Amino acid sequence: MAGYFKSIRDGFKLRNFTNYILIAAALILFLILELTGVLRRSHANLLAQVGFSIILAVSLNLVVGFLGELSLGHAGFMCAGAYIGCFVANQLHKTSLPPLVTLIVAMAVGGIVAALFGFVVGLPALRLKGDYLAIVTLAFGEIVRNICKNLPWFGGAMGLPTEQYGTHLFIVAFAVVLLMLILTQNLIHSKHGRAITAIRDNEIAARAMGINVVFYKLFVFVFTAFFAGVAGVIYGYYTTPVIYSSFTFNYSIEILVMVVLGGMGNITGSILSASLITVVNFVLQSNLSGDQAAIKYLVYALILMVTILFNNAPAFRPIKEKIGLQAILSRVRKKFGLKHPSENPEEIVDDSAKWHRIPTKIKMDSILSTDLKPADDGTLEPDPRQEDKHE
Amino acid sequence: MSNPLLLETRDLGITFGGLKAVQNLNLQIKPMELYGLIGPNGAGKTTVFNMLTGVYKPTYGHFYLDGEDLTGQSQQQTCARGIARTFQNIRLFNNMSVLRNVMVGLHHDPAFKCNPLVAMFRLPAYYVHENAMVDRARELLDIFGLDGERNNLACNLPYGKQRKLEIARALATNPKLLLLDEPAAGMNPQETAELMETIKSVRDTFKLTILLIEHDMSLVNGICERVTVLNFGTELAQGPVGQVLRNPEVIRAYLGTD
Amino acid sequence: MTATTFIDGLSLGAIYALIALGYTMVYGIAKMLNFAHGDIIMVGAYTVYSTLLWMGKPILAVIFAIAVCVILGVVIEKVAYKPLRGASPLAVLITAIGVSYLLQAIAQLAFGAKAVPVGLPRFPVLHIGDKLVVNVSTLITLGVGSVLMIALTLFIKKSKIGRAMIAVSEDRKAAQLMGVNVNRIISLTFAIGSALAAVASIFYLMQIPNTSPTLGSMPGIKAFTAAVIGGIGSIPGAMIGGVLLGVVEKICLSIPALNPYTTAIEFAILIVILMVRPTGILGKKIREKV
Repeated sequence: MAGYFKSIRDGFKLRNFTNYILIAAALILFLILELTGVLRRSHANLLAQVGFSIILAVSLNLVVGFLGELSLGHAGFMCAGAYIGCFVANQLHKTSLPPLVTLIVAMAVGGIVAALFGFVVGLPALRLKGDYLAIVTLAFGEIVRNICKNLPWFGGAMGLPTEQYGTHLFIVAFAVVLLMLILTQNLIHSKHGRAITAIRDNEIAARAMGINVVFYKLFVFVFTAFFAGVAGVIYGYYTTPVIYSSFTFNYSIEILVMVVLGGMGNITGSILSASLITVVNFVLQSNLSGDQAAIKYLVYALILMVTILFNNAPAFRPIKEKIGLQAILSRVRKKFGLKHPSENPEEIVDDSAKWHRIPTKIKMDSILSTDLKPADDGTLEPDPRQEDKHE
Repeated sequence: MSNPLLLETRDLGITFGGLKAVQNLNLQIKPMELYGLIGPNGAGKTTVFNMLTGVYKPTYGHFYLDGEDLTGQSQQQTCARGIARTFQNIRLFNNMSVLRNVMVGLHHDPAFKCNPLVAMFRLPAYYVHENAMVDRARELLDIFGLDGERNNLACNLPYGKQRKLEIARALATNPKLLLLDEPAAGMNPQETAELMETIKSVRDTFKLTILLIEHDMSLVNGICERVTVLNFGTELAQGPVGQVLRNPEVIRAYLGTD
Repeated sequence: MTATTFIDGLSLGAIYALIALGYTMVYGIAKMLNFAHGDIIMVGAYTVYSTLLWMGKPILAVIFAIAVCVILGVVIEKVAYKPLRGASPLAVLITAIGVSYLLQAIAQLAFGAKAVPVGLPRFPVLHIGDKLVVNVSTLITLGVGSVLMIALTLFIKKSKIGRAMIAVSEDRKAAQLMGVNVNRIISLTFAIGSALAAVASIFYLMQIPNTSPTLGSMPGIKAFTAAVIGGIGSIPGAMIGGVLLGVVEKICLSIPALNPYTTAIEFAILIVILMVRPTGILGKKIREKV
């Protein structure tokens, strides 16, 4: 029992709570603004949008940043959740349930249905990885969209009309964000999170450690699909109608841009970049007209390419060591005589989930996950010292 | 440990298509033994490891760990029954800290069982287990002199320490049998000598049986009690080290016929 | 299914096959999924549009389209993919998505988001017998497509450069040691793939006479599906997969009950094939070392 209290004290370090404090502070601030009547309606709507964007980005980060698989079908999960959750909500609105209860029930149903879809998408993940899995998730997202478009209950090509929740939607959205952050971060800092990152870093070694790779891959897909579905329901309440054409591949990419910009495996980064991109989008949308809207996609494209090239290309490594964020931070720390927690010998740091260079966890031409077949045993392996270096 | 043999393979073999990678292998390894598996490149040594750890399913034959038939079990099951391994080309979790690497090794240990819900909601059991896991992992790191490095990323360790970390991680799975795949590859003679000491002391502290693949004959000669020589997937010779290494057939296999 | 549907399917399949060849060659040789390949088609289509607008000569439009696509393909490889050689496939794929977005955004800024009619000359429709109705453009697509694919197969099999390509796809390091200039082979692969995409874009415009910035996305993804169905890395596989997918698409579109679900059916085929036989119809078994 003594050990229990000792480690609880360990857990109360402020830096483990930055994300919660960030979200809670934002929520309280905007709540005050709302109650004093300063907050404009359009801004309250924007906040709800920021809320579900954070949910989407953090949940996608769990797949891309922590499990190390690329999912291009995140909008598909969201689509499933939005349609089904809002369909249920429309039925419940006919009864006398209070709107908040309806919303919560809708979120739960939308999330669970999306989680089921996540399970279905997770099944190919047991056999495939890398590019192939990415294409399967993309295909899956398109299938969901195509079916939703043609189902008569969902309003077909006109979309599904939904009830609006009003300006207080952002409070619910932020509450869900907080809940999701707690669950996600707790998961990551447990043996299960370690297993997930181990699969990302080296699947073969992870299997050899007795990790049930099948279980964890499915688990991550189900978990993230659930929250994408919940985000979909919030989306449905934020805008009407819910229409299949909102959940295109482009939307999945927009979420991916948030993850890449914020840093893979970096949850605070995802929160900040999701907020930033959503707000910038909002500003651009109200200022750019017609074809100029493409500037947004131009920026997305540059974010994806520059971030990935900067972090992964061997040619950029010397530059990165000079002007990269990490380098600048460590120089600042040095200047003020501060130490990074990991430099303190007494400290036990568990933030190594963050990573910048994407690990070369699979041999270039290996696509199958479970179907391990040997190369003839004797062919020379590359010199182990050079295994992780680039050509 | 009543069983006289810790690992026994009976006519173990595997074929890939037409290639007979390993044929009729019979190993008999006693508890606490340091056993060597040697042979030229392409002899099928790593394939044997892959069969023993459940990566490949043997085409025929069986193997028994402490009397229990583990043939064709999954990697997860062989790990749980007590077979751990290291890899020829180091396979650490590079983007994770040294401590976290070892804690992954503790993952399947029934003593730290804690389902995802307990972890997500941080129930008291989570703290108890997490704490115990950190302590256990640090103990292991301490044995290899790596505790001071525990917050560094695994990929930032020098090569020799990476090898050690891989062994520590394998030990974390609490094995009865440890399989080391070329532990001295890429090491200089001094590092190799150090490694020999480490392997011996690991065997003694953990009361382990160790089966190792090695090309460095000084290491094999220095620590292995008995060896089996593989050539083209078949057993060429076996017995005490000194005897086997003087066997003319073995010498021919290594140096080629004239 | 009528014979007309079948022939239409074959010709659409030939377009998919031409695009799929680009995917499959790049995947086989550079070991990456060139997500921007579909957008090369779009660039080709806009080149045709611009040339026709300024000079009005279809032949020049075809030549320019091929030239622009080839240069673009090679430049993209040098700027975006080459620095990432040896990095994780995930990094390369994300960059490729970025390139795809970049091309679409630039096209939208330059030409607008609206679809514009390209103005290729119309081809006459032939009535063969009572039932068979075939557009001449369909026949041209089939004919030229088949010739190009046969030529490519012969080039890869018989020429020295083609054999060097096979060598690089089998084992890049070994090929390099044997004196093959890997960088040049990869550039050439991108050039050939882009040229085929340009040709495909012209055939595509013969069927659907408008172009828009997102013109390439759907045929791109479908052609990738075709490449996977045939077995990625396999050139005859890309052809078989392309034709198969083209015919399936036209059949689905011709049946009223299936028509709205055509996209879903095509992607479902992709998922099922990947689940059951991930290496496709003609793909090689790929092994992972432990």
